[in-house]
Amino acid sequence: MSATSRTETVAMLAKMTREMRATILSMITQAGSGHPGGSLSVIDFIAALFFTRLKHDPKNPTWADRDRFVLSKGHAVPALYVTLAKRGYFDESQLMTLRQLGSPLQGHPVNRFMAACEAPTGSLGQGLSVAHGMALAAKLDKKSYTTFCLMGDGEIQEGQVWEAAMSASKFALDNLVAIVDWNGGQIDGSITEVMPSLEPVVAKFEAFGWDVKEIDGHDFDAILDSIAWADERGGKPKCIVARTVKGKGVSFVEHPTKYHGAALTKDELARAHAELKEAK
Amino acid sequence: MSTVKPIATRQAFGEALAAVGAEHNEVVVLDADLSKSTKSELFAKKCPDRFIQMGIAEQNMLGVAAGLALSGKVTFACSFACFVAGRFETIKISVAYAGARVRVVGTHAGVGIGEDGYSQMGLEDVGLMRTLPEMVVLQPSDDVETHAMVRWLVTDCTQPAYLRLTRQNLRRLHPDGWTWTPGKLDVLREGTDVAIIASGGPVMNAMDAAEALAKEGRSVAVANLSSIKPLDHAGIAALAKKVKLIVTVEDHNVIGGIGSAVAEVVAETGGARVHRHGVLDVFGESGTPEALYEKHRLDPKGIAEVVREQLAR
Repeated sequence: MSATSRTETVAMLAKMTREMRATILSMITQAGSGHPGGSLSVIDFIAALFFTRLKHDPKNPTWADRDRFVLSKGHAVPALYVTLAKRGYFDESQLMTLRQLGSPLQGHPVNRFMAACEAPTGSLGQGLSVAHGMALAAKLDKKSYTTFCLMGDGEIQEGQVWEAAMSASKFALDNLVAIVDWNGGQIDGSITEVMPSLEPVVAKFEAFGWDVKEIDGHDFDAILDSIAWADERGGKPKCIVARTVKGKGVSFVEHPTKYHGAALTKDELARAHAELKEAK
Repeated sequence: MSTVKPIATRQAFGEALAAVGAEHNEVVVLDADLSKSTKSELFAKKCPDRFIQMGIAEQNMLGVAAGLALSGKVTFACSFACFVAGRFETIKISVAYAGARVRVVGTHAGVGIGEDGYSQMGLEDVGLMRTLPEMVVLQPSDDVETHAMVRWLVTDCTQPAYLRLTRQNLRRLHPDGWTWTPGKLDVLREGTDVAIIASGGPVMNAMDAAEALAKEGRSVAVANLSSIKPLDHAGIAALAKKVKLIVTVEDHNVIGGIGSAVAEVVAETGGARVHRHGVLDVFGESGTPEALYEKHRLDPKGIAEVVREQLAR
Protein backbone atom coordinates (compact mmCIF):
# COMPACT_ATOMS: atom_id res chain seq x y z
CA MET A 1 0.00 0.00 0.00
CA SER A 2 3.04 2.24 0.32
CA ALA A 3 2.76 3.72 -3.17
CA THR A 4 -0.93 4.40 -2.74
CA SER A 5 -2.42 6.85 -0.30
CA ARG A 6 -5.10 5.80 2.16
CA THR A 7 -7.61 8.07 0.35
CA GLU A 8 -6.88 6.37 -2.97
CA THR A 9 -7.16 2.94 -1.41
CA VAL A 10 -10.49 3.76 0.18
CA ALA A 11 -11.80 5.16 -3.12
CA MET A 12 -10.59 2.05 -4.97
CA LEU A 13 -12.30 -0.25 -2.45
CA ALA A 14 -15.53 1.77 -2.53
CA LYS A 15 -15.72 1.58 -6.32
CA MET A 16 -14.76 -2.07 -6.46
CA THR A 17 -17.23 -3.20 -3.79
CA ARG A 18 -20.11 -1.42 -5.58
CA GLU A 19 -19.35 -3.57 -8.62
CA MET A 20 -18.90 -6.65 -6.45
CA ARG A 21 -22.29 -6.06 -4.82
CA ALA A 22 -23.89 -5.99 -8.26
CA THR A 23 -22.09 -9.21 -9.23
CA ILE A 24 -23.04 -10.96 -5.95
CA LEU A 25 -26.71 -10.18 -6.49
CA SER A 26 -26.52 -11.34 -10.12
CA MET A 27 -24.87 -14.62 -9.06
CA ILE A 28 -27.57 -15.33 -6.49
CA THR A 29 -30.42 -14.46 -8.85
CA GLN A 30 -28.83 -16.60 -11.58
CA ALA A 31 -28.55 -19.49 -9.09
CA GLY A 32 -32.14 -18.94 -7.98
CA SER A 33 -31.12 -19.24 -4.34
CA GLY A 34 -28.53 -18.00 -1.89
CA HIS A 35 -28.01 -15.38 0.79
CA PRO A 36 -27.92 -11.76 -0.42
CA GLY A 37 -28.23 -10.07 3.00
CA GLY A 38 -25.15 -11.57 4.66
CA SER A 39 -23.09 -11.47 1.47
CA LEU A 40 -23.59 -7.72 1.20
CA SER A 41 -22.81 -7.13 4.87
CA VAL A 42 -19.41 -8.87 4.67
CA ILE A 43 -18.16 -7.80 1.24
CA ASP A 44 -16.49 -4.58 2.40
CA PHE A 45 -14.36 -6.33 5.02
CA ILE A 46 -13.48 -9.28 2.79
CA ALA A 47 -12.49 -7.05 -0.13
CA ALA A 48 -10.37 -4.83 2.11
CA LEU A 49 -8.63 -7.88 3.58
CA PHE A 50 -7.89 -9.54 0.23
CA PHE A 51 -6.86 -6.37 -1.59
CA THR A 52 -4.78 -4.64 1.07
CA ARG A 53 -3.58 -7.14 3.62
CA LEU A 54 -3.49 -10.87 2.85
CA LYS A 55 -0.15 -12.40 1.96
CA HIS A 56 -1.13 -15.10 -0.50
CA ASP A 57 -0.58 -16.36 -4.02
CA PRO A 58 -3.61 -16.93 -6.25
CA LYS A 59 -1.48 -19.14 -8.49
CA ASN A 60 -0.45 -21.29 -5.52
CA PRO A 61 -3.42 -21.33 -3.12
CA THR A 62 -1.88 -23.96 -0.85
CA TRP A 63 1.43 -22.08 -0.37
CA ALA A 64 2.47 -23.13 3.15
CA ASP A 65 3.27 -19.60 4.39
CA ARG A 66 0.12 -17.88 3.13
CA ASP A 67 -2.22 -15.98 5.40
CA ARG A 68 -5.44 -17.94 5.88
CA PHE A 69 -8.99 -16.65 5.59
CA VAL A 70 -11.78 -18.92 6.84
CA LEU A 71 -15.31 -17.75 6.05
CA SER A 72 -17.09 -19.50 8.90
CA LYS A 73 -20.45 -17.94 8.01
CA GLY A 74 -20.29 -19.98 4.84
CA HIS A 75 -23.64 -18.82 3.49
CA ALA A 76 -22.00 -15.47 2.62
CA VAL A 77 -19.74 -17.30 0.17
CA PRO A 78 -20.76 -15.29 -2.94
CA ALA A 79 -18.80 -12.41 -1.38
CA LEU A 80 -15.75 -14.68 -1.07
CA TYR A 81 -16.08 -16.08 -4.60
CA VAL A 82 -16.33 -12.68 -6.23
CA THR A 83 -13.29 -11.53 -4.25
CA LEU A 84 -11.26 -14.62 -5.16
CA ALA A 85 -12.15 -14.18 -8.84
CA LYS A 86 -11.13 -10.51 -8.76
CA ARG A 87 -7.85 -11.50 -7.08
CA GLY A 88 -7.18 -13.97 -9.90
CA TYR A 89 -7.88 -17.32 -8.29
CA PHE A 90 -10.19 -18.26 -11.15
CA ASP A 91 -11.84 -16.68 -14.15
CA GLU A 92 -14.69 -14.29 -13.44
CA SER A 93 -16.81 -16.05 -16.05
CA GLN A 94 -17.13 -18.95 -13.60
CA LEU A 95 -18.96 -16.80 -11.06
CA MET A 96 -22.32 -17.35 -12.73
CA THR A 97 -22.03 -21.13 -12.18
CA LEU A 98 -22.66 -20.63 -8.45
CA ARG A 99 -24.64 -23.54 -6.96
CA GLN A 100 -24.85 -25.41 -10.27
CA LEU A 101 -24.12 -29.13 -10.55
CA GLY A 102 -20.44 -29.66 -11.22
CA SER A 103 -19.35 -26.15 -10.29
CA PRO A 104 -16.55 -25.65 -7.76
CA LEU A 105 -18.62 -22.70 -6.53
CA GLN A 106 -20.60 -24.75 -4.02
CA GLY A 107 -23.47 -23.23 -2.06
CA HIS A 108 -21.15 -23.04 0.94
CA PRO A 109 -17.31 -22.99 0.86
CA VAL A 110 -15.57 -26.33 0.30
CA ASN A 111 -11.80 -26.59 0.28
CA ARG A 112 -11.79 -29.82 -1.72
CA PHE A 113 -13.44 -27.96 -4.62
CA MET A 114 -11.59 -24.67 -4.13
CA ALA A 115 -8.40 -24.71 -2.07
CA ALA A 116 -8.65 -20.99 -1.26
CA CYS A 117 -11.78 -21.70 0.78
CA GLU A 118 -9.34 -23.31 3.30
CA ALA A 119 -12.03 -25.48 4.99
CA PRO A 120 -15.60 -26.61 4.50
CA THR A 121 -17.83 -24.21 6.40
CA GLY A 122 -21.48 -23.35 6.63
CA SER A 123 -22.27 -25.74 9.43
CA LEU A 124 -22.18 -22.75 11.72
CA GLY A 125 -19.83 -22.51 14.65
CA GLN A 126 -17.04 -24.71 13.29
CA GLY A 127 -14.77 -22.25 11.48
CA LEU A 128 -13.15 -20.60 14.48
CA SER A 129 -11.88 -23.96 15.78
CA VAL A 130 -10.36 -24.79 12.41
CA ALA A 131 -8.80 -21.33 12.12
CA HIS A 132 -7.50 -21.78 15.68
CA GLY A 133 -5.84 -25.03 14.56
CA MET A 134 -4.20 -23.23 11.65
CA ALA A 135 -2.95 -20.48 13.95
CA LEU A 136 -1.66 -23.07 16.41
CA ALA A 137 0.20 -24.82 13.57
CA ALA A 138 1.92 -21.51 12.78
CA LYS A 139 3.03 -21.22 16.41
CA LEU A 140 4.31 -24.83 16.46
CA ASP A 141 6.19 -24.31 13.18
CA LYS A 142 7.35 -20.78 14.07
CA LYS A 143 5.73 -19.41 10.93
CA SER A 144 4.62 -15.80 10.65
CA TYR A 145 1.32 -16.14 8.81
CA THR A 146 -1.95 -14.81 10.22
CA THR A 147 -5.26 -16.66 10.23
CA PHE A 148 -8.49 -14.67 9.87
CA CYS A 149 -11.91 -16.11 10.59
CA LEU A 150 -15.11 -14.28 9.75
CA MET A 151 -18.24 -15.30 11.66
CA GLY A 152 -21.82 -14.13 11.74
CA ASP A 153 -23.56 -12.66 14.77
CA GLY A 154 -26.19 -15.37 14.62
CA GLU A 155 -23.43 -17.94 14.23
CA ILE A 156 -21.77 -17.09 17.52
CA GLN A 157 -24.83 -18.42 19.31
CA GLU A 158 -23.18 -21.82 18.70
CA GLY A 159 -21.37 -23.15 21.78
CA GLN A 160 -18.35 -24.38 19.85
CA VAL A 161 -17.40 -20.76 19.14
CA TRP A 162 -16.93 -20.13 22.83
CA GLU A 163 -14.94 -23.32 23.32
CA ALA A 164 -12.62 -22.04 20.60
CA ALA A 165 -12.57 -18.52 22.08
CA MET A 166 -11.49 -19.99 25.42
CA SER A 167 -8.67 -22.17 24.10
CA ALA A 168 -7.36 -19.62 21.57
CA SER A 169 -6.77 -17.43 24.57
CA LYS A 170 -5.05 -20.23 26.49
CA PHE A 171 -2.60 -20.74 23.61
CA ALA A 172 -2.01 -16.97 23.26
CA LEU A 173 -2.86 -17.02 19.58
CA ASP A 174 -2.09 -13.43 18.68
CA ASN A 175 -1.82 -14.64 15.08
CA LEU A 176 -5.56 -15.38 15.03
CA VAL A 177 -8.09 -12.69 14.13
CA ALA A 178 -11.82 -13.24 14.43
CA ILE A 179 -14.21 -10.89 12.71
CA VAL A 180 -17.83 -10.86 13.81
CA ASP A 181 -20.13 -9.55 11.10
CA TRP A 182 -22.77 -8.04 13.34
CA ASN A 183 -25.52 -7.30 10.86
CA GLY A 184 -28.22 -7.75 13.46
CA GLY A 185 -30.34 -10.26 11.63
CA GLN A 186 -30.83 -14.00 11.39
CA ILE A 187 -33.37 -16.23 9.67
CA ASP A 188 -36.16 -16.17 12.23
CA GLY A 189 -35.83 -12.52 13.19
CA SER A 190 -33.48 -9.84 14.46
CA ILE A 191 -30.76 -10.77 16.94
CA THR A 192 -32.65 -8.64 19.47
CA GLU A 193 -35.67 -10.89 19.08
CA VAL A 194 -33.99 -14.26 18.71
CA MET A 195 -31.11 -13.98 21.21
CA PRO A 196 -30.89 -10.57 22.87
CA SER A 197 -28.44 -11.87 25.47
CA LEU A 198 -25.78 -12.20 22.76
CA GLU A 199 -24.96 -8.63 23.77
CA PRO A 200 -22.74 -7.35 25.18
CA VAL A 201 -20.57 -9.15 22.66
CA VAL A 202 -17.43 -7.06 23.19
CA ALA A 203 -17.44 -7.84 26.90
CA LYS A 204 -17.94 -11.54 26.15
CA PHE A 205 -14.83 -11.79 23.97
CA GLU A 206 -12.87 -9.67 26.43
CA ALA A 207 -13.92 -12.00 29.23
CA PHE A 208 -12.56 -14.90 27.19
CA GLY A 209 -9.19 -13.16 27.02
CA TRP A 210 -9.33 -11.49 23.63
CA ASP A 211 -8.41 -7.98 22.53
CA VAL A 212 -11.55 -6.56 20.96
CA LYS A 213 -12.18 -3.62 18.63
CA GLU A 214 -15.59 -2.47 17.53
CA ILE A 215 -15.94 -0.74 14.18
CA ASP A 216 -18.39 0.41 11.54
CA GLY A 217 -18.00 -2.49 9.14
CA HIS A 218 -18.79 -0.38 6.09
CA ASP A 219 -16.31 2.42 6.83
CA PHE A 220 -13.16 1.51 4.90
CA ASP A 221 -10.98 3.78 7.02
CA ALA A 222 -12.17 1.97 10.13
CA ILE A 223 -11.76 -1.44 8.46
CA LEU A 224 -8.18 -0.69 7.40
CA ASP A 225 -7.36 0.68 10.85
CA SER A 226 -8.76 -2.46 12.48
CA ILE A 227 -6.74 -4.72 10.19
CA ALA A 228 -3.58 -2.80 11.09
CA TRP A 229 -4.51 -3.01 14.78
CA ALA A 230 -5.00 -6.78 14.48
CA ASP A 231 -1.45 -7.13 13.19
CA GLU A 232 -0.03 -5.98 16.51
CA ARG A 233 1.07 -9.16 18.22
CA GLY A 234 0.32 -8.59 21.89
CA GLY A 235 -0.05 -12.17 23.09
CA LYS A 236 -3.83 -12.27 22.77
CA PRO A 237 -6.15 -13.31 19.95
CA LYS A 238 -7.95 -10.39 18.32
CA CYS A 239 -11.63 -9.89 17.65
CA ILE A 240 -13.06 -7.22 15.41
CA VAL A 241 -16.77 -6.66 15.89
CA ALA A 242 -17.89 -5.12 12.61
CA ARG A 243 -21.26 -3.43 13.00
CA THR A 244 -22.82 -3.83 9.58
CA VAL A 245 -26.11 -3.61 7.74
CA LYS A 246 -27.64 -6.73 6.28
CA GLY A 247 -28.11 -6.17 2.54
CA LYS A 248 -25.90 -3.04 2.69
CA GLY A 249 -25.76 -0.95 -0.47
CA VAL A 250 -29.21 -1.54 -1.94
CA SER A 251 -32.03 0.27 -0.15
CA PHE A 252 -34.73 -2.36 -0.40
CA VAL A 253 -32.37 -5.26 0.39
CA GLU A 254 -31.30 -3.57 3.62
CA HIS A 255 -33.50 -5.52 6.02
CA PRO A 256 -32.70 -7.79 8.99
CA THR A 257 -34.51 -10.85 7.63
CA LYS A 258 -36.23 -10.32 4.29
CA TYR A 259 -33.24 -11.10 2.07
CA HIS A 260 -31.38 -13.43 4.40
CA GLY A 261 -31.92 -16.41 2.15
CA ALA A 262 -33.98 -15.21 -0.80
CA ALA A 263 -32.65 -14.41 -4.26
CA LEU A 264 -33.76 -11.17 -5.87
CA THR A 265 -36.23 -11.53 -8.73
CA LYS A 266 -35.02 -10.34 -12.13
CA ASP A 267 -36.95 -7.08 -11.71
CA GLU A 268 -35.52 -6.53 -8.24
CA LEU A 269 -32.06 -7.27 -9.58
CA ALA A 270 -32.45 -4.62 -12.29
CA ARG A 271 -33.55 -2.10 -9.66
CA ALA A 272 -30.60 -3.05 -7.46
CA HIS A 273 -28.14 -2.67 -10.31
CA ALA A 274 -29.57 0.73 -11.19
CA GLU A 275 -29.28 1.85 -7.60
CA LEU A 276 -25.68 0.68 -7.31
CA LYS A 277 -24.80 2.47 -10.55
CA GLU A 278 -26.36 5.71 -9.31
CA ALA A 279 -24.39 5.45 -6.09
CA LYS A 280 -21.26 6.27 -8.05
CA MET B 1 -1.87 -69.27 23.29
CA SER B 2 0.23 -66.21 23.82
CA THR B 3 2.13 -65.94 27.07
CA VAL B 4 2.30 -62.13 26.83
CA LYS B 5 0.38 -60.31 29.55
CA PRO B 6 -2.96 -59.05 28.19
CA ILE B 7 -3.13 -55.28 27.73
CA ALA B 8 -5.86 -52.88 26.68
CA THR B 9 -5.71 -51.55 23.14
CA ARG B 10 -5.76 -48.01 24.59
CA GLN B 11 -2.54 -48.84 26.44
CA ALA B 12 -0.98 -50.28 23.28
CA PHE B 13 -2.15 -47.15 21.45
CA GLY B 14 -0.44 -44.82 23.93
CA GLU B 15 2.79 -46.81 23.73
CA ALA B 16 2.69 -46.94 19.93
CA LEU B 17 1.89 -43.25 19.66
CA ALA B 18 4.79 -42.33 21.93
CA ALA B 19 7.15 -44.47 19.85
CA VAL B 20 5.96 -43.53 16.35
CA GLY B 21 5.17 -39.94 17.29
CA ALA B 22 8.70 -39.40 18.57
CA GLU B 23 10.03 -40.40 15.14
CA HIS B 24 7.65 -38.11 13.23
CA ASN B 25 7.63 -34.40 13.98
CA GLU B 26 4.40 -33.83 12.07
CA VAL B 27 2.44 -35.80 14.68
CA VAL B 28 0.41 -33.62 17.05
CA VAL B 29 -1.80 -35.17 19.72
CA LEU B 30 -4.82 -33.52 21.31
CA ASP B 31 -6.87 -34.65 24.26
CA ALA B 32 -9.91 -33.34 26.10
CA ASP B 33 -8.95 -33.89 29.74
CA LEU B 34 -8.83 -37.69 29.51
CA SER B 35 -5.19 -38.23 28.59
CA LYS B 36 -4.61 -40.45 31.61
CA SER B 37 -7.46 -42.69 30.44
CA THR B 38 -6.94 -42.58 26.67
CA LYS B 39 -3.21 -43.08 27.32
CA SER B 40 -2.28 -40.17 25.09
CA GLU B 41 -0.33 -39.08 28.19
CA LEU B 42 2.37 -41.54 27.16
CA PHE B 43 2.94 -39.37 24.07
CA ALA B 44 2.60 -36.19 26.15
CA LYS B 45 5.43 -37.31 28.41
CA LYS B 46 7.71 -38.07 25.49
CA CYS B 47 6.80 -35.12 23.22
CA PRO B 48 5.31 -32.42 25.49
CA ASP B 49 5.71 -29.70 22.83
CA ARG B 50 3.41 -31.55 20.46
CA PHE B 51 0.73 -32.48 22.98
CA ILE B 52 -2.21 -30.08 23.09
CA GLN B 53 -4.48 -30.15 26.12
CA MET B 54 -7.87 -28.86 24.95
CA GLY B 55 -9.87 -29.20 28.15
CA ILE B 56 -13.37 -30.61 28.25
CA ALA B 57 -14.42 -29.31 24.84
CA GLU B 58 -14.44 -32.13 22.31
CA GLN B 59 -15.95 -30.37 19.33
CA ASN B 60 -13.37 -27.61 19.55
CA MET B 61 -10.65 -30.25 19.92
CA LEU B 62 -11.82 -31.90 16.69
CA GLY B 63 -11.97 -28.59 14.82
CA VAL B 64 -8.53 -27.53 16.04
CA ALA B 65 -7.18 -30.97 15.08
CA ALA B 66 -8.60 -30.37 11.59
CA GLY B 67 -7.02 -26.92 11.31
CA LEU B 68 -3.65 -28.35 12.36
CA ALA B 69 -4.03 -31.20 9.86
CA LEU B 70 -4.91 -28.77 7.07
CA SER B 71 -1.64 -27.03 7.92
CA GLY B 72 0.50 -30.13 7.41
CA LYS B 73 0.19 -32.01 10.70
CA VAL B 74 -1.02 -35.53 11.35
CA THR B 75 -3.25 -35.17 14.37
CA PHE B 76 -4.68 -37.62 16.88
CA ALA B 77 -7.76 -36.24 18.69
CA CYS B 78 -8.46 -38.47 21.67
CA SER B 79 -11.32 -39.00 24.07
CA PHE B 80 -13.81 -41.69 24.96
CA ALA B 81 -15.65 -43.18 21.96
CA CYS B 82 -18.96 -41.80 23.22
CA PHE B 83 -17.66 -38.25 23.54
CA VAL B 84 -16.03 -38.00 20.12
CA ALA B 85 -18.97 -39.68 18.39
CA GLY B 86 -21.23 -37.19 20.14
CA ARG B 87 -19.53 -34.41 18.15
CA PHE B 88 -20.44 -36.10 14.90
CA GLU B 89 -21.25 -32.98 12.90
CA THR B 90 -17.81 -31.52 13.57
CA ILE B 91 -16.25 -34.81 12.45
CA LYS B 92 -18.51 -34.86 9.39
CA ILE B 93 -17.64 -31.35 8.19
CA SER B 94 -14.38 -30.12 9.73
CA VAL B 95 -12.65 -33.51 9.61
CA ALA B 96 -14.13 -35.79 6.93
CA TYR B 97 -15.42 -33.32 4.34
CA ALA B 98 -12.29 -31.22 4.84
CA GLY B 99 -10.19 -34.29 3.99
CA ALA B 100 -8.06 -33.50 7.04
CA ARG B 101 -5.53 -36.05 8.26
CA VAL B 102 -7.15 -36.26 11.68
CA ARG B 103 -7.19 -39.56 13.53
CA VAL B 104 -10.20 -39.44 15.80
CA VAL B 105 -9.46 -41.83 18.64
CA GLY B 106 -12.34 -43.23 20.69
CA THR B 107 -11.32 -45.29 23.71
CA HIS B 108 -13.43 -47.13 26.32
CA ALA B 109 -15.59 -48.47 23.50
CA GLY B 110 -18.79 -50.36 24.21
CA VAL B 111 -20.15 -51.88 27.41
CA GLY B 112 -16.54 -52.91 28.15
CA ILE B 113 -16.05 -49.64 30.06
CA GLY B 114 -18.17 -51.24 32.80
CA GLU B 115 -19.20 -49.49 36.00
CA ASP B 116 -19.44 -45.95 34.59
CA GLY B 117 -22.65 -46.89 32.86
CA TYR B 118 -24.41 -46.01 29.64
CA SER B 119 -23.56 -42.30 29.35
CA GLN B 120 -19.87 -43.24 29.04
CA MET B 121 -20.38 -46.09 26.54
CA GLY B 122 -19.74 -45.59 22.84
CA LEU B 123 -22.23 -48.00 21.28
CA GLU B 124 -23.11 -46.21 18.03
CA ASP B 125 -19.75 -44.74 17.00
CA VAL B 126 -18.93 -47.36 14.35
CA GLY B 127 -22.31 -46.85 12.73
CA LEU B 128 -21.81 -43.10 12.63
CA MET B 129 -18.22 -43.08 11.35
CA ARG B 130 -18.90 -45.71 8.72
CA THR B 131 -21.46 -43.44 7.02
CA LEU B 132 -18.84 -40.77 6.27
CA PRO B 133 -17.30 -41.00 2.78
CA GLU B 134 -13.50 -41.49 2.76
CA MET B 135 -13.42 -42.05 6.53
CA VAL B 136 -11.21 -44.97 7.55
CA VAL B 137 -12.65 -46.95 10.49
CA LEU B 138 -10.36 -49.28 12.42
CA GLN B 139 -10.77 -51.43 15.51
CA PRO B 140 -7.81 -53.54 16.62
CA SER B 141 -8.20 -56.79 18.51
CA ASP B 142 -4.88 -56.76 20.36
CA ASP B 143 -1.68 -54.82 20.99
CA VAL B 144 0.17 -56.12 17.94
CA GLU B 145 -2.57 -54.93 15.64
CA THR B 146 -2.83 -51.59 17.47
CA HIS B 147 0.87 -50.88 16.96
CA ALA B 148 0.60 -51.70 13.25
CA MET B 149 -2.43 -49.46 12.83
CA VAL B 150 -0.91 -46.48 14.64
CA ARG B 151 2.20 -46.69 12.48
CA TRP B 152 0.11 -46.95 9.32
CA LEU B 153 -2.05 -43.99 10.36
CA VAL B 154 1.06 -41.85 10.79
CA THR B 155 3.12 -42.93 7.80
CA ASP B 156 0.73 -44.13 5.09
CA CYS B 157 -2.91 -43.24 5.48
CA THR B 158 -3.81 -39.93 3.80
CA GLN B 159 -7.50 -39.99 4.71
CA PRO B 160 -9.33 -39.02 7.89
CA ALA B 161 -9.68 -41.97 10.24
CA TYR B 162 -11.45 -43.27 13.33
CA LEU B 163 -9.66 -45.64 15.71
CA ARG B 164 -11.80 -47.51 18.27
CA LEU B 165 -10.09 -48.86 21.38
CA THR B 166 -10.92 -50.78 24.56
CA ARG B 167 -10.59 -49.91 28.19
CA GLN B 168 -10.28 -53.58 29.13
CA ASN B 169 -7.23 -55.79 28.68
CA LEU B 170 -7.14 -58.06 25.65
CA ARG B 171 -5.12 -61.20 25.07
CA ARG B 172 -2.58 -61.10 22.24
CA LEU B 173 -3.90 -62.92 19.16
CA HIS B 174 -1.16 -62.18 16.64
CA PRO B 175 2.47 -63.30 16.54
CA ASP B 176 5.34 -60.84 16.66
CA GLY B 177 6.25 -59.59 13.22
CA TRP B 178 2.77 -60.24 11.90
CA THR B 179 1.77 -57.79 9.17
CA TRP B 180 -1.54 -56.01 9.29
CA THR B 181 -3.08 -55.17 5.92
CA PRO B 182 -5.69 -52.40 5.72
CA GLY B 183 -8.86 -53.47 3.95
CA LYS B 184 -8.28 -57.19 4.61
CA LEU B 185 -10.36 -59.53 6.70
CA ASP B 186 -7.99 -61.18 9.16
CA VAL B 187 -8.88 -64.88 9.28
CA LEU B 188 -7.63 -66.17 12.62
CA ARG B 189 -9.02 -69.67 12.36
CA GLU B 190 -10.32 -71.76 9.48
CA GLY B 191 -13.61 -73.68 9.65
CA THR B 192 -16.40 -74.93 7.41
CA ASP B 193 -19.66 -75.07 9.44
CA VAL B 194 -19.93 -71.54 10.69
CA ALA B 195 -17.87 -68.36 10.60
CA ILE B 196 -17.71 -65.89 13.46
CA ILE B 197 -16.74 -62.42 12.29
CA ALA B 198 -15.80 -60.38 15.34
CA SER B 199 -14.21 -57.03 16.03
CA GLY B 200 -12.46 -55.36 18.98
CA GLY B 201 -12.85 -56.60 22.55
CA PRO B 202 -14.89 -59.74 21.83
CA VAL B 203 -12.49 -61.23 19.23
CA MET B 204 -10.50 -63.20 21.81
CA ASN B 205 -13.78 -64.47 23.28
CA ALA B 206 -14.90 -65.58 19.82
CA MET B 207 -11.65 -67.56 19.57
CA ASP B 208 -12.38 -69.28 22.89
CA ALA B 209 -15.97 -69.97 21.82
CA ALA B 210 -14.69 -71.53 18.58
CA GLU B 211 -12.36 -73.74 20.60
CA ALA B 212 -15.24 -74.93 22.79
CA LEU B 213 -17.46 -75.56 19.77
CA ALA B 214 -14.64 -77.49 18.08
CA LYS B 215 -14.64 -79.86 21.04
CA GLU B 216 -18.28 -80.57 20.20
CA GLY B 217 -17.27 -81.46 16.67
CA ARG B 218 -18.17 -78.20 14.98
CA SER B 219 -15.83 -76.60 12.49
CA VAL B 220 -15.79 -72.89 13.30
CA ALA B 221 -13.91 -70.19 11.39
CA VAL B 222 -13.06 -66.94 13.16
CA ALA B 223 -12.31 -63.74 11.29
CA ASN B 224 -11.18 -60.53 12.90
CA LEU B 225 -12.80 -57.55 11.18
CA SER B 226 -10.38 -54.82 12.23
CA SER B 227 -10.51 -52.83 9.02
CA ILE B 228 -14.17 -51.84 9.13
CA LYS B 229 -13.64 -49.26 6.41
CA PRO B 230 -12.16 -49.95 3.93
CA LEU B 231 -14.11 -53.20 4.17
CA ASP B 232 -12.94 -56.45 2.58
CA HIS B 233 -16.00 -57.09 0.39
CA ALA B 234 -14.29 -59.94 -1.48
CA GLY B 235 -13.08 -61.62 1.70
CA ILE B 236 -16.51 -61.47 3.32
CA ALA B 237 -18.20 -62.69 0.11
CA ALA B 238 -15.76 -65.61 -0.09
CA LEU B 239 -16.46 -66.55 3.52
CA ALA B 240 -20.21 -66.33 2.89
CA LYS B 241 -19.82 -68.83 0.03
CA LYS B 242 -17.84 -71.23 2.23
CA VAL B 243 -20.13 -71.53 5.28
CA LYS B 244 -23.90 -71.66 5.80
CA LEU B 245 -23.93 -69.30 8.75
CA ILE B 246 -22.03 -66.17 9.69
CA VAL B 247 -22.38 -64.84 13.24
CA THR B 248 -21.03 -61.32 13.74
CA VAL B 249 -19.90 -60.38 17.24
CA GLU B 250 -19.23 -56.87 18.50
CA ASP B 251 -19.37 -54.68 21.59
CA HIS B 252 -21.57 -52.10 19.80
CA ASN B 253 -25.22 -51.79 18.93
CA VAL B 254 -26.09 -54.43 16.33
CA ILE B 255 -27.64 -51.59 14.35
CA GLY B 256 -24.94 -49.86 12.31
CA GLY B 257 -21.91 -51.79 13.53
CA ILE B 258 -19.85 -54.53 11.91
CA GLY B 259 -22.88 -56.82 11.80
CA SER B 260 -24.60 -54.29 9.59
CA ALA B 261 -21.48 -53.91 7.47
CA VAL B 262 -21.19 -57.66 6.94
CA ALA B 263 -24.94 -58.04 6.30
CA GLU B 264 -24.81 -55.27 3.71
CA VAL B 265 -22.15 -57.17 1.78
CA VAL B 266 -23.77 -60.59 2.04
CA ALA B 267 -27.21 -59.22 1.13
CA GLU B 268 -25.69 -58.24 -2.21
CA THR B 269 -23.43 -61.23 -2.82
CA GLY B 270 -25.58 -64.02 -1.39
CA GLY B 271 -24.34 -67.09 0.47
CA ALA B 272 -24.52 -67.62 4.20
CA ARG B 273 -27.27 -66.43 6.49
CA VAL B 274 -25.97 -63.62 8.72
CA HIS B 275 -26.86 -63.40 12.40
CA ARG B 276 -25.87 -60.12 14.06
CA HIS B 277 -24.81 -60.48 17.67
CA GLY B 278 -23.76 -57.68 19.99
CA VAL B 279 -25.60 -55.14 22.08
CA LEU B 280 -29.16 -55.81 20.96
CA ASP B 281 -30.42 -52.25 20.49
CA VAL B 282 -30.71 -51.64 24.21
CA PHE B 283 -29.13 -49.05 26.52
CA GLY B 284 -26.12 -50.11 28.53
CA GLU B 285 -25.91 -49.98 32.33
CA SER B 286 -23.43 -50.17 35.20
CA GLY B 287 -21.68 -53.39 36.13
CA THR B 288 -18.25 -54.93 35.94
CA PRO B 289 -17.05 -55.39 32.35
CA GLU B 290 -17.11 -59.13 32.95
CA ALA B 291 -20.70 -59.07 34.23
CA LEU B 292 -21.77 -56.93 31.28
CA TYR B 293 -20.04 -59.20 28.78
CA GLU B 294 -21.83 -62.14 30.39
CA LYS B 295 -25.20 -60.35 30.33
CA HIS B 296 -24.83 -59.37 26.67
CA ARG B 297 -23.44 -62.83 25.87
CA LEU B 298 -20.17 -61.42 24.57
CA ASP B 299 -18.09 -63.79 26.75
CA PRO B 300 -16.87 -67.13 25.33
CA LYS B 301 -19.80 -69.04 26.86
CA GLY B 302 -22.37 -66.57 25.54
CA ILE B 303 -20.91 -66.44 22.05
CA ALA B 304 -20.82 -70.26 21.89
CA GLU B 305 -24.48 -70.36 22.99
CA VAL B 306 -25.50 -67.90 20.31
CA VAL B 307 -23.68 -69.93 17.65
CA ARG B 308 -25.33 -73.16 18.84
CA GLU B 309 -28.77 -71.53 18.81
CA GLN B 310 -28.27 -70.18 15.33
CA LEU B 311 -26.93 -73.49 14.00
CA ALA B 312 -30.02 -75.20 15.43
CA ARG B 313 -32.41 -72.75 13.75
